Amino acid sequence: MTPPLVTPHAPPVRDPAPAAASPPPPKIDVQQMSFYYGATRALQDITLQIHPNVVTAFIGPSGCGKSTFLRTLNRMNDIIPATRVEGKALIDGEDIYAPGVDVVQLRRRVGMVFQKSNPFPKSIFENVAYGLRINGMAKSRTDLAGRVEESLKQAALWTEVKDRLQTSALALSGGQQQRLCIARALAIKPDVLLMDEPASALDPIATQRIEELVYSLKSSFTVVIVTHNMQQAARVSDRTAFFWLGRLVEYDRTDRIFTAPAEKLTEDYVTGRFG
Amino acid sequence: MDRPIRHFQEELETMQARLLEMGGIAEERVRVAVQGLITRDVVLIDRIIGGDEPLNHLHVEIDDRCFRLLALHQPMAVDLRAIVAAVKINSDLERVGDLAVNIAEAARRYVDHPPVKQLIDIPRMGSVAQTMLRDSLDAYVKHDIDLARSVLNSDDELDALKTQVFRELLTYMLQDPATIQPSLDLILVSRHLERIGDHATNVAEDVIFMVSAQDVRHHPPTRVG
Repeated sequence: MTPPLVTPHAPPVRDPAPAAASPPPPKIDVQQMSFYYGATRALQDITLQIHPNVVTAFIGPSGCGKSTFLRTLNRMNDIIPATRVEGKALIDGEDIYAPGVDVVQLRRRVGMVFQKSNPFPKSIFENVAYGLRINGMAKSRTDLAGRVEESLKQAALWTEVKDRLQTSALALSGGQQQRLCIARALAIKPDVLLMDEPASALDPIATQRIEELVYSLKSSFTVVIVTHNMQQAARVSDRTAFFWLGRLVEYDRTDRIFTAPAEKLTEDYVTGRFG
Repeated sequence: MDRPIRHFQEELETMQARLLEMGGIAEERVRVAVQGLITRDVVLIDRIIGGDEPLNHLHVEIDDRCFRLLALHQPMAVDLRAIVAAVKINSDLERVGDLAVNIAEAARRYVDHPPVKQLIDIPRMGSVAQTMLRDSLDAYVKHDIDLARSVLNSDDELDALKTQVFRELLTYMLQDPATIQPSLDLILVSRHLERIGDHATNVAEDVIFMVSAQDVRHHPPTRVG
């Protein structure tokens, strides 16, 4: 039997944010989380803290559990039958798996953007306005229009669409559609934005725009991004977690993960020796 | 603003600003070291001998910035050349800082003796070396290949002055053995200044490479003018 890669519950975590006198409390605090698809244990005793207003990237080879882990953070896995979670996930100190938690409310606070853009077959305006309407978040038509504009600006899409807000979202390019989905997620003012391979279906220019956007969003949001593209994780994130076979191998500042990782396994992965 | 600024460019510019700051400090330390020698001012000399820490700190910081830029952003083409050039320029500037200390150390020994002669060529060498250093860094900022090439040309002048200093001091030493020790220190100073010119030349060559992707090192001189 091979020895464990890391001490259970204690992945190598070196000092947190640099030069922070007293770091803010974690936005997300996951403690000894395991996740099961039926009898298969897809995540094993994951413990990590995600800091507010930084971009945290999850990397690892296919099937390592990074997307599964991302989806535990807004309980998107709940919709998959025969799954089970052990351990705790606290957001702002509250256990999101505690009995009585309103999952719809949780997903409002923890928004999500998927690999494939999925705009509604409606106008550009309506795509962003939809969440505001069903959540009763706009006081008036003017307020609604203002919030739609703000979200489109945050998603770096406004100048490209401001003259055709009433045209169908499906007429936009792939990269624009993805930014529209980001605008839609931002409109209801989440605290946390989860992004699951948000640029993997886009060309290099559209990818660069999404990356720039991700980087700029952290001033207002806590961003967690799953990517199979290591270079993307290096470019956009402040902290990186490396997953392998359902385990968290290493979690550290991104510059350390990509220049001097503590674990041999991480080094082998980031240098392309496997995965 | 609708379109975010590429943060890579920001970090690249910050790194380059720090490199220029380092160049400014290195140049100033050379100036003060030579000034201390000429005016026999022990306070100035000691300030140089004991003050290399800020440059050493910048040396490490800039290397670290370049290292992270390379690892995290995978720069290409002119960006890649700019960072590789910065790594090399950084080393050159750090060595210039060390040479300023070496000049100050020689000056510290020299002022314990009566002056061998009135210093004429060494101040000229100091002036040429500083100009080369300043021009090479200006060329870096402005991406100015012509200015960089002019730095390469100045190196010959510095070499000629160094040979002249050596020949002249040799005659003093032959005439009076009591002047051997201070003369050797002056020869060392001229040697250090000539080395500073070499480092400025390296910087200029890196600038040419950064701007034009043309490697002009170790080639027969195709000098402008």
